[in-house]
Amino acid sequence: MRRAGRWAVLVALGLYFALPLVAMAEFSTRGTGGHRSLHAWRSIGSDPDLIRAIVASLELAGLTAVLMLVLLLPTMTWVHLRLPHLRRTIEFVCLLPLTIPAIVIVVGIAPIYAWVTYLLGDSPLTLTFVYVILVLPYAYRALDAGLTGMDLHTLSEAALSLGASWWTMIWRIVVPNVRGAILSAGLISVAMVLGEFTIASLLDFQTVQVEINLLGKRNADISIAVSLAALLFAFVLLFALALAGRRRREAVDDR
Amino acid sequence: MTDDQGVSVRLEELHRVYGPVRALDGLTLDLAPGELVALLGPSGCGKTTALRALGGLERLDSGRVLVDGADVTDTPANRRAMGMVFQAYSLFPNMTARDNVAFGLRLRHVAAGRRRSRASELLELVGLGPHAGHYPHQLSGGQQQRVAIARALAVEPRVLLLDEPLSALDAKVRAQLRDEIRRIQVEVGITTLFVTHDQEEALALADRVGVMSGGRLEQVGAPAHVYSRPATAFVADFVGITNRIAATASGGTASVLGTPVPLLDGSDDGEVTVLVRPEALEVTPDDTAEARVVAASFLGAVGRVQVRMPDENLLIAQVPSTTVADLTPGRPVRVTAHPVPALATARE
Repeated sequence: MRRAGRWAVLVALGLYFALPLVAMAEFSTRGTGGHRSLHAWRSIGSDPDLIRAIVASLELAGLTAVLMLVLLLPTMTWVHLRLPHLRRTIEFVCLLPLTIPAIVIVVGIAPIYAWVTYLLGDSPLTLTFVYVILVLPYAYRALDAGLTGMDLHTLSEAALSLGASWWTMIWRIVVPNVRGAILSAGLISVAMVLGEFTIASLLDFQTVQVEINLLGKRNADISIAVSLAALLFAFVLLFALALAGRRRREAVDDR
Repeated sequence: MTDDQGVSVRLEELHRVYGPVRALDGLTLDLAPGELVALLGPSGCGKTTALRALGGLERLDSGRVLVDGADVTDTPANRRAMGMVFQAYSLFPNMTARDNVAFGLRLRHVAAGRRRSRASELLELVGLGPHAGHYPHQLSGGQQQRVAIARALAVEPRVLLLDEPLSALDAKVRAQLRDEIRRIQVEVGITTLFVTHDQEEALALADRVGVMSGGRLEQVGAPAHVYSRPATAFVADFVGITNRIAATASGGTASVLGTPVPLLDGSDDGEVTVLVRPEALEVTPDDTAEARVVAASFLGAVGRVQVRMPDENLLIAQVPSTTVADLTPGRPVRVTAHPVPALATARE
């Protein structure tokens, strides 16, 4: 009985998530005269603006994830080890972006971005700075769970007593032992950046979501095809990371 | 293993205060080259702080740490060349036993082949050669601590620091590993500071034992000396079992249960409490005596008997195991003292 109930919940949830995707696939493959056509999907590769926006978004996602990790991981390690009394303050600061609506962030940050554009040019990649702030709450949570889950104090002192420098300790001891947390934080950051629309649109940068919005106004089926492709890309990324994590665990257990 | 026979270490007037707590209150301790000194004391007495100060993991308010005559007080932990084994399991979970042992060598840019052979050599030394490819989660607690010892020794440290490395292990493994630590330390000839709250461990392992209380050393000396000639009441109480027997002292002698007992230096005169070890008491069945056996236990080579005296004082005596069977609870017994030197403190 319990087993049947579990399956019922799973099927209901599956349908809930799958139906919109199926509807998107159906809409994006509608041809003329009731036939199926892959015209919209083929058009993705032939629209230079769209390709440019996709590349920019992927670069943004990578840069944001890397910059977030470079800033956050050493800082959090330092706070865990040396300034534990500041943990609440750091957590509060990192969670702040959750409580501030994107539109408010844009209003506050627009004058700064006038200077950023003036100094660094108008590349969409400059959005990395604001996106790092945007992903902080989620990345902080993931990394904090990873750091709390290991005996950071003892391991770091063991590494130091063996002659490791601060950076060696982070690279060789902390990073490998919070690999799961780093993957989670990175994935959340990538997903957030690929889905972000408000800030990019209001600051007038062409990212994939902004481009999808523009496409939707003039060609709905291509817009839906790109949206579905972006969703599928996120799923594939998620599965790949989960698989990599599991294989690594199995490899460790086998040894 | 190493060519040198260890270096001298001097902890000089170490002070460390945490808020209202004086973790170190003028601690001074010398370690001779190749010597194993155990710091023994209750929780919070400052023994771990002293060890961490020597390892460079603890900042000092004042005082100096000298290794081989050189002042290393301000040298960071990663440049002190000291091997440390922690109370908590500290192997790097992402590395095999061999990689853990080779970690320090890798940091010193030792060639891969040499690293591997040195790690294997040390794992053999601690009896874990066949487990070189195992990850920490595949090793027992005792095995993990052995790997930690091998890892600490791999970098040929000048001093080995052992911070209660046996306290997380079960009794049998603890006894085995304790003997192994001593064997390895003697074989390697490294100066070692060992911190523990377990007196049996300290007495069994160390060349000298330092008993700490309130951030200070109460007494330092050979285990037998500290046990048989405690300098203070705290040492007598903390190290071994002590009976407190009321007596009157004068001229360096006190009459304990009818026996004149010579008193140790530092003893008080007048109305005193004499601190007597269980093995300095003798219990014999005597139907005319007023003392009564409360309990007797067989401990293998010896037995231990608790006796209620007429003044309600409860004494513990060590007796030959062959006599334990005669000392049933309620049995009238006579308790006498051997004239073994003891410490006497003024009665409060």
